Amino acid sequence: MAFEPRIVAFFCNWCTYTGADLAGVSRLKSPANIRIIRTMCSGRVDPSFIMKAFELGADGVLIGGCHPGDCHYAEGNYKALRRVHLLKKMMRSFGIDEKRLRLEWISASEGDVYQHVATEFTQTIRSLGPLNWKQHVDQKSSSEQAVVV
Amino acid sequence: MVTVKIDEIEVQVQEDTPILKAAEKAGIWIPTMCHSELFEPYGVCRLCSVEVIRGKRSRIVTACNYPVREGLTIQTNSAKIQWIRKIIMELMLSRWPNVKVVKETAEKLGIKESRFPSLERDEAEDACILCGRCVNVCREVVQAEILAFAYRGIKREVVLPFGEQSDKCIVCGACALVCPTGHIKMVIEDYKGKKPEFTLGPKTSIYVPTMQGIPRVPVIDAESCIHFKTGGCETCAKVCEPHAINYDMKEEVVEIDAGQILLTTGYDIFDGSKMAQFGYGMLDNVYSSLEFELMLNSTGPTGGKVQLKNGKAPRAVGILHCIGSRDHEHHPYCSRVCCMYALKFAHLVHDRTEAAIYQFYIDMRAFGKGYEEFYSRLLDEGITMIRGKAAEVVESTWSKNGDGSLLIRCEDTLIGKFREVPVDMVILCNAMEPQKDVDAIRRVFSISKSPDGFFLERHPKLDPTSTMSDGIYIAGCAQGPKDIPDTVAQASSAAAHILSYISKGEVEIDPVRAWIDEKYCSGCRICNSLCPYTAIDFIEDKKISIVNDVLCKGCGTCVAACPASAITGKGFSDAQILAELEGLLEI
Repeated sequence: MAFEPRIVAFFCNWCTYTGADLAGVSRLKSPANIRIIRTMCSGRVDPSFIMKAFELGADGVLIGGCHPGDCHYAEGNYKALRRVHLLKKMMRSFGIDEKRLRLEWISASEGDVYQHVATEFTQTIRSLGPLNWKQHVDQKSSSEQAVVV
Repeated sequence: MVTVKIDEIEVQVQEDTPILKAAEKAGIWIPTMCHSELFEPYGVCRLCSVEVIRGKRSRIVTACNYPVREGLTIQTNSAKIQWIRKIIMELMLSRWPNVKVVKETAEKLGIKESRFPSLERDEAEDACILCGRCVNVCREVVQAEILAFAYRGIKREVVLPFGEQSDKCIVCGACALVCPTGHIKMVIEDYKGKKPEFTLGPKTSIYVPTMQGIPRVPVIDAESCIHFKTGGCETCAKVCEPHAINYDMKEEVVEIDAGQILLTTGYDIFDGSKMAQFGYGMLDNVYSSLEFELMLNSTGPTGGKVQLKNGKAPRAVGILHCIGSRDHEHHPYCSRVCCMYALKFAHLVHDRTEAAIYQFYIDMRAFGKGYEEFYSRLLDEGITMIRGKAAEVVESTWSKNGDGSLLIRCEDTLIGKFREVPVDMVILCNAMEPQKDVDAIRRVFSISKSPDGFFLERHPKLDPTSTMSDGIYIAGCAQGPKDIPDTVAQASSAAAHILSYISKGEVEIDPVRAWIDEKYCSGCRICNSLCPYTAIDFIEDKKISIVNDVLCKGCGTCVAACPASAITGKGFSDAQILAELEGLLEI
């Protein structure tokens, strides 16, 4: 069977989650690979959630927030942006392709943007192939007794 | 009050009233030339000279500025006065024989021709008669002090400073208004200034914006009001009996404590000039829907009469649907109200004129209660319906002497033919579009907009008046194009929502809040500066941070940032999200 990526998405309640909802209401076809976790704000997304997602078997993580200046909580999306930049550096040193993490600004009215991003991101992950980070971590922890994350 | 006797008529007037006013009260006409109610009497033409008799002495005075006293006897038509008037009028006639106001006054006084020759004879019909009304109005009323007399004797003339056009002239037109001969004219040069909103002609600086407005009071347009330019005029304040004119009113910012807000900021209409093919703003007699609505208004500039720019009644009127709406170049959505108001326009034009009426439509959308019936009634009235969006409006080549008739080109999709329809008035049904400042407004209230740019409701079917922000409601065209019945229904629903909270007296707040576990808080204060609502306080004696439950909105920024994981986001705790993650990735 062809590889179907598993993608975890953290969407903020006010913009991207509503935008994804709009895509659904508007009957826009988007890939079923994306599994959404609703947070109140993209600023709530702890970098450890992302690493945990990779550890638990996610092949990609998508974070959706409000456009700059539109954050329901004034500036949570900027916090998310800062964290994503740092985390990408860390991912490189772990050997995870940074393309597996994507931060997008999708507003509540942009159902079509959500569809586009979801399709494109799924395609990217599909071409990158499975991450298999879980096996990697298990091997490491059994051989070196080291715990990652 | 004093009693004076004018030409044997006794009249009671206030002391110090000028004789001219007292005579007016007594019903006696005194000729004037330089006098105007607008400014203080000038007394330069001497035409209003009257004879004042006190005891045995008599004096010649000017009636316009001589104040009455108790017991004065005034002769306005004695032989002496008649002789003085005759000389004045003959002198004026000799110099300005063709000026209408001079001729008329002379005729009224029975003077046919002048005995005097004049060195400065001016045959023009609109010659300047040096009455000084323009100079006085400019100085006293407008207070621009632009116009003045220069030179003396027969060389005297009214001039602008240094004889040149001056930028100190505010082009108010007051001088042209008071000029009795038409010597001063307002010339409208190619005006490239901003286009006033919804006017079909000139309006005054003080006007009632809409007769249906509440309160129905006039407003002053500070940009064109003379008072705000020079500090002068104040004519409206002078004539307002209850002294209701207040020039000192300023815009003010009023702060109101409110628990719930209903946004009804409405819509804007699509600017027809963006679609140059319809000639809006370029061709005469091409109107936007709101402009035509103003023309139909019985309190509007034409008093409800449907007329062309030249004042004639139109012979044929074209109504163009879907201008900027249902158009992928502009707005893909349907503005919903246009079909019905276009039918209403057709009905009223049919009612008020003899004109043939053509509607150019894509689809007729008569969707509401009684609407389809109205549509069929209109068809019976003899309206020509052409299915096909108009392609362009051009000036017809055979129009003569500015009789500018227009030509609408379109494809009639029902007969499959290209058509050219001559009309002389075009009404565009402009799309409804979101207000220009919709983004600024929605940021203030932290609500979203839908893809069409209107405010986004919480749910399109189940909750069309609430928004994602608690306590913020939307109604009317701010939420999307809709007609009056729909707006009323939506606004009533919003009001009911709001009342339900008011009657409850208390508001349930979302339990999503951050909470700090004192045991684990190290007092690092990282969260303090991160909080966008300053909801986290640091307690000095305990050396820990705590969350203020009322200020906290539950965004979770601090939860994600806490290095000791001492902060929990209720409803979105780490454990809950990780459990979600595990569940999601199990399969």
